[in-house]
Amino acid sequence: MTMMRHLARICSIIIAASAILTLIAATPVPAQQLGPDGAPNPTASVANEQKLLQQSPRIEGEIAQPNERERVLMQPAGRQWDYFHEVLLHWLGAIVILGMIAALAAAYLIMGRIRISKGRSGQKVRRFNPFERFSHWLTAISFVVLGLTGLNITFGKILLLPVIGPEAFSSESQLAKYTHNFVSVSFVIGLVLIVAIWLKDNIPQKGDIDWIKQGGGFIKSKHAPSGRFNAGEKLVFWFALGAGVAVIISGYLLIFPFYVTNIAGMQLAQIVHAVVAILFIAVIIAHIYIGTLGMEGAFEAMATGDVDLNWAKEHHDVWLEEQLTREPLSSRSGQSSGAPAE
Amino acid sequence: MARVKFLCDADRCIECNACVTACKNEHEVPWGINRRRVVTINDGKPGERSVSMACMHCTDAPCSAVCPVSCFYTTADGVVLHSKDLCIGCGYCFYACPFGAPQYPKVGNFGSRGKMDKCTYCAGGPEDDSTPAEYAKYGANRLAEGKLPICAEMCSTKSLLAGDGAIIAEIYKERVMKRGYGSGAWGWTTAYHEGIAV
Repeated sequence: MTMMRHLARICSIIIAASAILTLIAATPVPAQQLGPDGAPNPTASVANEQKLLQQSPRIEGEIAQPNERERVLMQPAGRQWDYFHEVLLHWLGAIVILGMIAALAAAYLIMGRIRISKGRSGQKVRRFNPFERFSHWLTAISFVVLGLTGLNITFGKILLLPVIGPEAFSSESQLAKYTHNFVSVSFVIGLVLIVAIWLKDNIPQKGDIDWIKQGGGFIKSKHAPSGRFNAGEKLVFWFALGAGVAVIISGYLLIFPFYVTNIAGMQLAQIVHAVVAILFIAVIIAHIYIGTLGMEGAFEAMATGDVDLNWAKEHHDVWLEEQLTREPLSSRSGQSSGAPAE
Repeated sequence: MARVKFLCDADRCIECNACVTACKNEHEVPWGINRRRVVTINDGKPGERSVSMACMHCTDAPCSAVCPVSCFYTTADGVVLHSKDLCIGCGYCFYACPFGAPQYPKVGNFGSRGKMDKCTYCAGGPEDDSTPAEYAKYGANRLAEGKLPICAEMCSTKSLLAGDGAIIAEIYKERVMKRGYGSGAWGWTTAYHEGIAV
């Protein structure tokens, strides 16, 4: 397309977008009622609270103050948002997070720690380089801090306030609020890095279906083939990306209140932020479980960067083959690939 | 004990903003914060109505319910107050309030909110009644002196009524019957879960 047509296209998109936004923002003014003689009938045209609320969720009017937000006379939806936050969200959080912990506890009690079937070989293979590990831990530690400070807002007054008292709890919550807002920056950076580094290894492939069909490595008698990341890990990646984007966008709308949203927008941003965050926390709890307690040989991948050869054979066989063709084991005699002894 | 409420008779309100000015003056409300405001619906058109709105001191106050640090409390008279010492300026009470009562001073860049401030029904705060400490944070405590909120006292047309909910409901009903019309007790159903049958 030529420059002029590009420009025209952009202009028409902007005009369309502003028209839609104006429509959304403008409150429909109640229609003027006319009398039998055709002149406006003031008594019949009187603004009526119920009629106005039927036409629009908020009643807005003219004010003497410069603050646009004060135009809103009434927004009864506030009570519904309160119900969501105090009732629905508390139940959702309790059921999802405690449910996940209970499910993992059951998994541990029934399956136990997933051992390396052939035992450790003693030989190591490089799985994650330092930059990958940095990106992961930057995101992970940011996430834990954000998760805890966020849960403090929703559950703090139920769980912590009775224990430490109102003054200490308010001080702690004030600190938690600022921590949450500032640590969000490192989370964004970490998430961007993770996506940039690992996107190509997480593209869904045909082998992922086989992995799922074979029980994903949880059924000892079956063999689940896997590349660098198996289907379960890919699911976590894509979930983290989607949920991450959702909490980041909604979160920054909350940090910059009313910059581009009205009160309904703020309520929606908070709902999205809270619901997605709760689900995200549950998924990460499961991710932490499988990477630490749940599976022998998993944690060292992210802690040191090197994994046991037998672990790699059992859980990421396709990746191991490719890795060994790139850097044969024999040249390394137990050391991590390429890195000089330190 | 009386359960106090506000009622703004929209058919009498002339948008003079005396209530707004009286409140700001009495409590030395900081610049940028408006505890009370007058909203005019259908401005300039037939059927124009103005309503004076501050905190309605709701039954089951949603602001109180949603506060993450539980800094609100309701007095025996039904007045909803909060503690600025405990407030963390998260802004949730504004999202929950159906009437936009909570206001926040801007203390930093971007969206930083200071301690929430709102109409106190001229009943001060958790500090001891009628002390300079209470005045500095919450403004005058007229209720402790046996007086009603100054906004209603100063109303030029007596459209804004404050006091015992039952009494002001009676006054309003009497007015509507006498003059033959009334646009209703704005906000009562949302705030107190009851309207006034006129």
